Amino acid sequence: MSEAISLMKGNEAIAHAAIRYGVDGYFGYPITPQSEIIETLMAEAPWNTTGMVVLQAESEVAAINMVYGGAACGKYSMTSSSSPGVSLKQEGISYMAGAELPCLIVNVMRGGPGLGTIQPSQADYFQTVKGGGHGDYKLITLAPNSVQEMADFVGLGFDLAFKYRNPAMILTDGVIGQMMEKVKLPDFKPRRTEQEIRVQCPWATLGKTPDRGPNIITSLELDSASMEKNNLRFQAKYRQVEANEVRYEEIKCDDADYIIVAFGSAARICLKAIEMAREEGIKVGLIRPITLWPFPSKILFEYADKVKGMLTVELNAGQMVEDVRLSVNGKVPVEHYGRLGGIVPTPDGVLEALKDKIVK
Amino acid sequence: MNKNDIVCPENLIYGKPDLMNNNHMHYCPGCSHGVVHKLIAEVIEELGLQEKTIGIAPVGCAVFAYNYLDIDWQEAAHGRAPALATATKRLLPDKMVFTYQGDGDLAAIGTAETIHTANRGENIAIIFINNAIYGMTGGQMAPTTLADMKTSTSPYGRDIQTMGRPLKILDMLAQLDGVCLATRTSVHTAAAVKKTKRLIKLAFENSMAGKGTSIVEVVSTCNSGWKMTPAQSNDWMVENMFPVFPIGDLKNV
Repeated sequence: MSEAISLMKGNEAIAHAAIRYGVDGYFGYPITPQSEIIETLMAEAPWNTTGMVVLQAESEVAAINMVYGGAACGKYSMTSSSSPGVSLKQEGISYMAGAELPCLIVNVMRGGPGLGTIQPSQADYFQTVKGGGHGDYKLITLAPNSVQEMADFVGLGFDLAFKYRNPAMILTDGVIGQMMEKVKLPDFKPRRTEQEIRVQCPWATLGKTPDRGPNIITSLELDSASMEKNNLRFQAKYRQVEANEVRYEEIKCDDADYIIVAFGSAARICLKAIEMAREEGIKVGLIRPITLWPFPSKILFEYADKVKGMLTVELNAGQMVEDVRLSVNGKVPVEHYGRLGGIVPTPDGVLEALKDKIVK
Repeated sequence: MNKNDIVCPENLIYGKPDLMNNNHMHYCPGCSHGVVHKLIAEVIEELGLQEKTIGIAPVGCAVFAYNYLDIDWQEAAHGRAPALATATKRLLPDKMVFTYQGDGDLAAIGTAETIHTANRGENIAIIFINNAIYGMTGGQMAPTTLADMKTSTSPYGRDIQTMGRPLKILDMLAQLDGVCLATRTSVHTAAAVKKTKRLIKLAFENSMAGKGTSIVEVVSTCNSGWKMTPAQSNDWMVENMFPVFPIGDLKNV
């Protein structure tokens, strides 16, 4: 980690972290509220320094398929977009899950459905953790709540994607993307050489050498028995991810009678609401899922024996609340509070909802 | 003299390229794909690019192209092969990257990727098989289907008033400054096969020389989809396809 402290937007931190991590290619298409990612990369011109390729594609569809091509070569390949653009990328994400290609996708969510608003939202939770594209697959999903985590999760996302040969997503929103905070950027890492990639990714299409057979990257398998085997292999991998990679943060949960579950920007707002609640004598803690898939079900199940109720706070009409309910399996009441259409909840609103729905 | 005296390497005048493996092809007898596959294998060998070539397969009849040529392959989503090729060539500029696409893949669902890849002048080769029909899905109308031509989704013939006209996408691509080679050819005679091989070689050389995008359109037959014998298909192609898709260079710089 660099000792220098910078002040920048979350979107800008993603761009700088990508260059420093040794990303090989970024392929994107402008859309609010995340265009600073490609703008920062173009201004930094990393092709002159690290050799990173930055390309503005003709569409989000082309961009995600460029990521497919780059990932098939074992290269660190990424794209970013916002909700409507991420919908367009779903076909490509499904293909990459089926071809077991590692890559990083950033979704800086805005309000929907449709063209919606350009203000922040968390309404793509279902799309991200329940599928989005077609077929039985899972997307490793990281939810940063600060500019620092935006920077840190670029490397973490690639590390997990390559560890499991699976696409990973940073799921964030316009609040985290647009706000400026201090950040320590990661140190520069050199981009991997072709020989290093051949060792790390023996499956990569880098040109067939005489010592191996052809490498073929495909999601197609017309024989149903073989395709079922592929699916079972994917599912076994997903169980490994669920066993090994759950990440969450617990705040003031030790003595809590109630728990708020919130991720990303909503979790920031909840911290203030928890402070206000405790001033009134209501003992409430926060569990902040950092990985939305794999979801921190186990810790929620354990807390269900210790608390009287849970409230999810989301910038949507109630999506993660379903996973929290599945996690606690009816042991305690779980309610949802959210604002829609790009409106961000206030700490007062969260406290009021807590009292109204949970602390009765 | 017995047979083994004659069957020996020094007497070999025609053989299968080493890059072609022994997998049975799924293509119908009479189909142009097999010939073009063989030409690609021969050209890669002659240029010594076995370890530097990355092929991008389409969705369509050639979706299984990767089963027949022993090189590294990526299988793209329908129409997106040029996007995969763009990233592959940008990230591996010393490799030879080509796409192999049919008319539905390249000229319908993938039109945007085709045009913009060519407009950026990506240093790739595009082998474009135009047989005026969707073969893999069972003979539906393609963007290049001829006027009045019967297909399973134009059973009374393609009505150009409501179904559009055959898309001459190579003519569009030839207008783009990023394109160095836009040529139309065929593989229905021995002479045509030899000429097509020369053009594929030129396209691959262009990719390695960084001259821009090369497109080799092979006007092809689909005797199963056209519901004709292979010989009838060749004659029908000459009589009906060539007037709409004339053979020759549209651009070669």
